[in-house]
This record gives sequence, structure tokens and C-alpha cells, in this order.
Amino acid sequence: MSNRLEVKLGDLALKNPIMPASGCFGFGREYSKFYNLAKLGAVVVKATTLEERLGNNTPRIAETPSGMLNAIGLQNPGVEVVLNQELPWLEQFKTPIIVNVAGTMTEDYLEVTRRISASKTVRMIELNISCPNVKCGGITFGTDPKIAAELTKAVKEVSQVPVYVKLSPNVTDIVAMAQAVEAAGADGLSMINTLIGMRFDLKTRKPILANKIGGLSGPAIKPVALRMIYEVYKNVSIPIIGMGGISSAEDVAEFFLAGASAVAVGTANFVDPYIMPKIIDDLEPVLDQMGVNKISELTGEGWK
Amino acid sequence: MKVKENISIAKNIYRLTLETVDNQQNKAYRPVPGQFLHVRISDSNQPLLRRPVSIHDYNPEKQETSLIYRLAGQGTSILAVKQAGDYLDVLGPLGNGFADPKQQAEDKIVLIGGGVGIPPLYYLAKRLVASGSRVTVLLGYQSSSEAFLIEEFTKLTETRIASVDGSIGLKGNVLQLINSGDSWDCFYAVGPKPMLKAIRDLWIDYPIEGYFSLEERMACGVGACYGCTVKLTKPDGGTASKKVCSDGPVFAFREVEL
Repeated sequence: MSNRLEVKLGDLALKNPIMPASGCFGFGREYSKFYNLAKLGAVVVKATTLEERLGNNTPRIAETPSGMLNAIGLQNPGVEVVLNQELPWLEQFKTPIIVNVAGTMTEDYLEVTRRISASKTVRMIELNISCPNVKCGGITFGTDPKIAAELTKAVKEVSQVPVYVKLSPNVTDIVAMAQAVEAAGADGLSMINTLIGMRFDLKTRKPILANKIGGLSGPAIKPVALRMIYEVYKNVSIPIIGMGGISSAEDVAEFFLAGASAVAVGTANFVDPYIMPKIIDDLEPVLDQMGVNKISELTGEGWK
Repeated sequence: MKVKENISIAKNIYRLTLETVDNQQNKAYRPVPGQFLHVRISDSNQPLLRRPVSIHDYNPEKQETSLIYRLAGQGTSILAVKQAGDYLDVLGPLGNGFADPKQQAEDKIVLIGGGVGIPPLYYLAKRLVASGSRVTVLLGYQSSSEAFLIEEFTKLTETRIASVDGSIGLKGNVLQLINSGDSWDCFYAVGPKPMLKAIRDLWIDYPIEGYFSLEERMACGVGACYGCTVKLTKPDGGTASKKVCSDGPVFAFREVEL
């Protein structure tokens, strides 16, 4: 029998639709101590910038009802180290590598894209225009459709691999954002990034996070992600990688119904390091229960 | 891991003893002092994140690991009602333990603990005493009602006590327990940041080796999320951002930016 879990993102075939969400999996080394990363459909590494970034001050984490806030600030060793040390190590698992590219200025994005996409091991770039935790760049590219489209177009011109744009949910009209980057040449969408939020400490009477605001993730945001994917799916013709609070195979099926062609698991990795292989093992029984042969048949089914 | 015991040992302070056997995750479960366990509090999403708790003691014969925690919020309130026979989803041991001091067996070592920073020093003290070091322990508490482990430390080695309100030991902070005649080759300190800062200021220009074990809000506990970082001064004067969970939690005291 053919592989029931295989999905396609454009020309890229994945043996299953499960990948980590960028920023929740480092560069893979940590979770490789728990299981063989070859099991995953793809690996999405942490946001990579031109220069090394040390990130924000701590506290960077605050717990919330069924979720968490983070304000890491794109800490990463910079594109040089990622290319020379992290990606060559990840290659051994022979699973597609997707690199999340971030920056503060257009030229940063372009330079990182040029270098990353020239690497033979990288199959896709996820363009991060939605990080809420850096002062310039990041989310400012992700909340104005015109600016997002311009950046997408420029990145597409220099990229040798497909470009998926990671959308911010912190906008009034997510469909307008999706359509703008599609028209600019995006090969796909990745959605949603975190929702901006806050928490306060009663003792200090100040925000818990040193950055004051942070990005909300975890099961709390799942309904928001599903709604946005559902709306966008109907209005674009490029594939969507869905994410936002996924922690079970049933959640994956829901994201497919809303319109996702593959999914990423984020915060759930922190709760259970074995969650992704577990979800992969649980997927076929869920397909059986739903009376579905291939998981790809479920994409957008919620609209029918 | 199976809960063997979970009891209150002082006001708002609990000791949780777990049966720790070799398993799939820990082919050989052999924690060293300074490591921590990452405890899932609930099977539900509430609270969502695990809680890192440092290892207070490990008994290989009985296959027991004990943790000491303070009742501080929603997570620890749920943990406090766990009973013998209950199972907890526990990751670990995680992190790196206290580095062995570059010591001669006869070296003089001081362990300094404040409040809930005290527990991991017990397992460390046991190891150091067994290896022939001369160990002094300085412990600081808020008050006698919140004091714990004093008897255990006292049985093991020379132990001095201070409390903020003077209800037990010296009235004052833990650094006031240092006498003019004291001389140590190495220290290990765990406690609140003001205590660590005071220790650094006291000994930064002093020829002593020393280590801090740090606490920080954590999510994954294994180095993937970059939530629990600390800034370190590199030998070339630059700054590095390291993860408390997987690069630490123990760091050489001179390089930590507190």
C-alpha cells in the first residue's frame, strides 16, 4: 500500500506532514537525543539572521492558560555558523530541511536567503515576517500587505528554493496579507505565528517578560489558527503549512480540514519531547476512524 | 516515575521522593549533584509547562531520587497533593552538574545556600565529604518555620545557619556567617540573585574558584527553546548567551552576568 501519510508541498514530497515549528526545535540537536529525526516529514530550524543575535533579556518565558508567552528575540548564531555547523550535521537524517530566514532590513533577508538557498541541503525557505519580539524588522514586514509583498518579491528573486511566507496573526485582515504575498510570488504560506500578549507579576507590578510583550503559543491559540487557515485556504491557491497549538493527531486532522497541506508542531515539543513521533504513529488510526485513505485528501475538506 | 513519598518538611516546603529506575529514556539513571528533573505537573494543559526541580538527593541502593520544592503557585499546589503510588511524567536528569573542583582531596570547600536554593547542595555535600574534602555549609533562611535540612547537613559536616528574622541561627544573611579566619579553596552557591551578587562582589578579586547554580524560567528544559538564557563574559571580553538548562545550570562565578 502506498504511504498514506505522504503529502506534497509544491514539488517537495514529504513522507509525512509533521515538522517542528521554527524556534521550538533549535537546530535539531536537542531532540535528536530523544528519537531519530529521520522519522519527521521535515525539519524546520530556528530563525537564522545574517549576524549572530544574543536575543532578549530574561525572563523570556511566561506561562498562560493552556499556553505560553515567549520573547526570545531571535537568538541564533548567524548564517555562517548555521551553514557551516548546523546544516551539515542535520543532513545525516536525510529529511528535508527548511530554514526560517529573519532579518531587520530587506538587505539582511536577501543576503541570508542567497546564502541559505545556495546550500544543497536546504529544500525550502520560510520567510519570517512575523516575529513579534524584535524591535525593527520582523513583524513590521508582516502587518502591511504592501511591504510584505515587496519583501516577498525581492526574496523570491534571489532564492534558489521555494519560499513560504510565515504570516502573523496580528493583523486585521489575514486574507489580504495572504493574497498580497501570493501575488508577489510566494510558493506557499506558513501560518500562524504567535499572537502578541502580556502577563503581569503582582509582586513587582510589572510585565513578567523583560521584553514586556511576547508571542502567545500553545493549545490556547489553536482555534484562532484554524479560523485563519480556513479563511485563507479559500482565497489563495498556494499550499499552507498549518501551525498553532497542535499537540495530537486529531489536531493535525483538524488543521487539514481547515486547509493545511502539512503542519508544524511547536510548543507541544516542550511539554513532551516525544510528541512528534507519537503524533506520526497516531495519524493512521485517526485516518481509519475518519474513513480516509490518504491524509492529503483531507486538505480543505472542511469547506466542502 | 512512581511517587514514593510527598510530604511537607517545613512551612510551604515539600519533599518529593521518586522511584528512579533505569528506563527507555535513562538507560542508566545516574544523576550527579546539580542536575535537575523536569516534572510534568498535570496530564491536562493546565498548567502546560513542566517544572524544573533540582535533585536534592539520590540513593542508588533504594533507587530513589528526592526533590524539594516550595509551594509557590498553581503548579506546585497540584504537585503537593500527589501521593505515594501516583505516577509523574518526569524528564531527566537534565543539565550539567557541579563541576568537580580542581581539588586536592584535602581542599577546603564552602557551600552556600539560600532558601529553596539549598536542596541540591545536600547531594553535593555528601559527594564532597565522601571524596575527602573538608566541607563547610552556610545556610540562609527567612525564619525557623521555613527552615529545613538543618539536621541532615549538621550530621554530615560543619554547618552554620542564618535567618532574616533571627528565629534560627544568626540574625542576618548568609554572608554574615563568614568569619575572619575562614579560608576556602572553592565555593558552590545556590540561591536568590541578590545573594549570588553579594558573593560575587565579595570574592571577585579573591583567588578562589567558585560556581553558581542558576535558576531561570524554563520551557523545554533541554536547550531547544532558548527561553532560559544567561549572559556570560567571554575570555576575549565579548558577551555570550548561554542556556541555563543545557549549558548550565552551573556556571563559573566570574563569567556570569547577573
